Amino acid sequence: MLYFSKLRIIFITLISLLFIIFALSNLFNFDNKILNKKINLGLDLQGGSYLLLEIDNDPVIEQKLQNLTVTIRNFFKEKNVRITNFKLSNQTLSFTSDKNSKQTILDEFASEESELNPYYQRFKSHQLDIVEENNFFKVSFSKQGIINLKTSSQDQALEIVRRRIDEIGTNEPNILKRGNDRILVELPGLDDPMRIKSLLGKTANLTFRFVTNDTEGSFGAEKLEFEDGTEEAMVSKRIILSGENLLDAQPRMDTENNETVVTFSLDRVGAKRFGKATSTGIGKRLAIVLDGKVISAPVIRDTIATGSGQISGGFTFQSATDLALLLRSGALPAPLNIIEERTVGPDLGQDSINAGMIALLIGFILVILYIFVKYKIFGIITNIALILNLFILVGVLTIFEATLTLPGIAGIILTVGMAVDANVLIFERIKEELKSEKNNLIAFDSGYTKSRTAILDANITTLLAAIILFFMGSGPIKGFSLTLGIGIFTTLFTVYFIARLLTVLYVSKNKEKEGLI
Amino acid sequence: MIAFNKYYNKFNILSVSLVIVSLLLLTFKGLNFGIDFKGGTLIELRSTDSKINVSSLRDNLSQMNLGDVSVKNFGNETDFLIKFENNENKNVIEEINNNLDKSFGNSFNFRRVENVGPKVSAELLRSGVIAISVALFLMLIYIWIRFEWQFSLGAIVALFHDVIVTLGLFSLLGLEINLSIIAAVLTIVGYSMNDTVVIFDRVRENLRKYSDIKIFELTNISINETLSRTLITSVTTLLALLSIFFFGGEVLKGFSLAMIFGVIFGTYSSIYIANTVLVRLNVSQKTVLREDKN
Repeated sequence: MLYFSKLRIIFITLISLLFIIFALSNLFNFDNKILNKKINLGLDLQGGSYLLLEIDNDPVIEQKLQNLTVTIRNFFKEKNVRITNFKLSNQTLSFTSDKNSKQTILDEFASEESELNPYYQRFKSHQLDIVEENNFFKVSFSKQGIINLKTSSQDQALEIVRRRIDEIGTNEPNILKRGNDRILVELPGLDDPMRIKSLLGKTANLTFRFVTNDTEGSFGAEKLEFEDGTEEAMVSKRIILSGENLLDAQPRMDTENNETVVTFSLDRVGAKRFGKATSTGIGKRLAIVLDGKVISAPVIRDTIATGSGQISGGFTFQSATDLALLLRSGALPAPLNIIEERTVGPDLGQDSINAGMIALLIGFILVILYIFVKYKIFGIITNIALILNLFILVGVLTIFEATLTLPGIAGIILTVGMAVDANVLIFERIKEELKSEKNNLIAFDSGYTKSRTAILDANITTLLAAIILFFMGSGPIKGFSLTLGIGIFTTLFTVYFIARLLTVLYVSKNKEKEGLI
Repeated sequence: MIAFNKYYNKFNILSVSLVIVSLLLLTFKGLNFGIDFKGGTLIELRSTDSKINVSSLRDNLSQMNLGDVSVKNFGNETDFLIKFENNENKNVIEEINNNLDKSFGNSFNFRRVENVGPKVSAELLRSGVIAISVALFLMLIYIWIRFEWQFSLGAIVALFHDVIVTLGLFSLLGLEINLSIIAAVLTIVGYSMNDTVVIFDRVRENLRKYSDIKIFELTNISINETLSRTLITSVTTLLALLSIFFFGGEVLKGFSLAMIFGVIFGTYSSIYIANTVLVRLNVSQKTVLREDKN
């Protein structure tokens, strides 16, 4: 255990130097791209927001089933099957038919090449499940159907969330899928988390619809509240225009009324429709509805054929900016709920960094002093290894551009405390060996050999705990397990290569000395 | 040589009672779960106005219909921690912000906001319990591969002792259990195991060496031989933890405290629990030699 070849010494020195350079690259700015790596600070250290959003797919499922009524009716009409009594409740669509058609309907739904009930070719499972009892049919989404629906609404929602966040222009946001109905958003260094939350919480479903008195019309009407809560209006369910027809939206100061408005421009289809509606509907009120609330309902005075217009509604400049942003980035397929939020302000982050660094420094100094008092010259060797251990640990974290969190700093401090264990085990063992063995070299050699299994066992148990934490934990805790886990490897490296090398050099020079340790 | 074995029985009785008391506490008093596991909202505020105190803040917030609100100082006089249970109102933080600005005139800085919904908190609790169970299970497997079953049993009993008593102490003191405590408990599991394994390693080595020494005496020899290592490592780990506790900021207080308890219990249990299991199972040289033959 005591022999080191020259090649090995060079190798150890080079590796140590490499990591130390990377550790130092956090402090300096190198021009070199490979060298200029930095440890990422976690949200708890640099400040920022962690938001977990859950997509509420229930409205989407209801909507899809609602749309299916028309599809089913038309599909079977062509086959001369009459279907009646459509009813939608509890995410199940029910209908009835006459007795003779029963088999036709069931066959259509069960066919492997069914147009009505797709997916079989691709997933070996249909999109819809159908149950029949006395000619009373119940249709609902199958497991596979729900999965596909959720995945596609997650894809759409992710895109919209990304657009909204990009519009605000925060630096390096992290937007990730979680499961099939969640989206994780990490926003480092955010100034105004409340604004982001309110922007992400809005579906931004915009429609232009006429205010009407005729509740019995073919489309029906619904009573909607105004955004400011002052009024209610009866609004037709017929949609003249929706957010999809919007090309652009911008906040603007209307100089005539000295009011902030949102101007918009429409695509070709939208412009045509808008022109037609404004020409036939002069004198009527056109309600602008956002997420089920009326923003404003101005009276149409002229035909607007230019395909652009403006929305007024007592906006402040901020709210007009936000509305324009929402309209530009599009509507979410389904409402999003924030089910977990963790926001840390930048000054708390800085305080945490300072506290963590002070704790690290003090813990480090205390451990070093204690070890020096206990082992003198071998204490110095252990301490050199410990200092290098810290540098190498930081170097490894830098190379992988790992994320350092406050619990991560705690993991580093804990590593410092536990790292000496291996050297202590070795030195205590050597002391015991020296009681029966007078030859220093032999005693040191067998001290290293005999302590090896205990050291390996001890480190493997800690490593197991760290690995579990890494896979089960989230955010900051992951940071802890990362530093603790990497710390085990750097500790073993410094103990078995650096501390051992220094020990060997010292012992071979003082072979004859008694009471060496 | 210190005669640790003189107190085996006494400390076993103590440990058994500690575990029973802890289990009773955990059953009847329960743990003080933080918002990570219970759901709810936490806000850390710093005021620039030193006249604002906990009671004026509490009076103000109690008018806001937030349910059960707890307001405490956090670290120092001008920092406050507000906690309340899950609220249906999505804009609750904004409303609190507006309300505080109105009542105290922009003197608050929102340093931290955490909001955990009921679904997420249930998931976090479940994954925490799974993590600790998986850790205990893996340790069991590892120690079972490495040692004879008597040793495995000793290590596992010690491990359960440490986890139960640490949690019992948290229950007794009403300290909050959050995500970082789970991390602490897992690290304790690792540390306690580590400590036990080092002594067991020596016990096994000595069992091979001496055929005529009874396990009662042999464990004592092994404890003494490894004692200085046990103490030095405990001291350096505690030094590191104490410096986190005193200087690492409020956020790490609970974590470092749990770890400090854990290291103390872990050191104690490797001496007085793990070893006494070997004594009570009457482990002898045959136990290890049989294994060697296999």
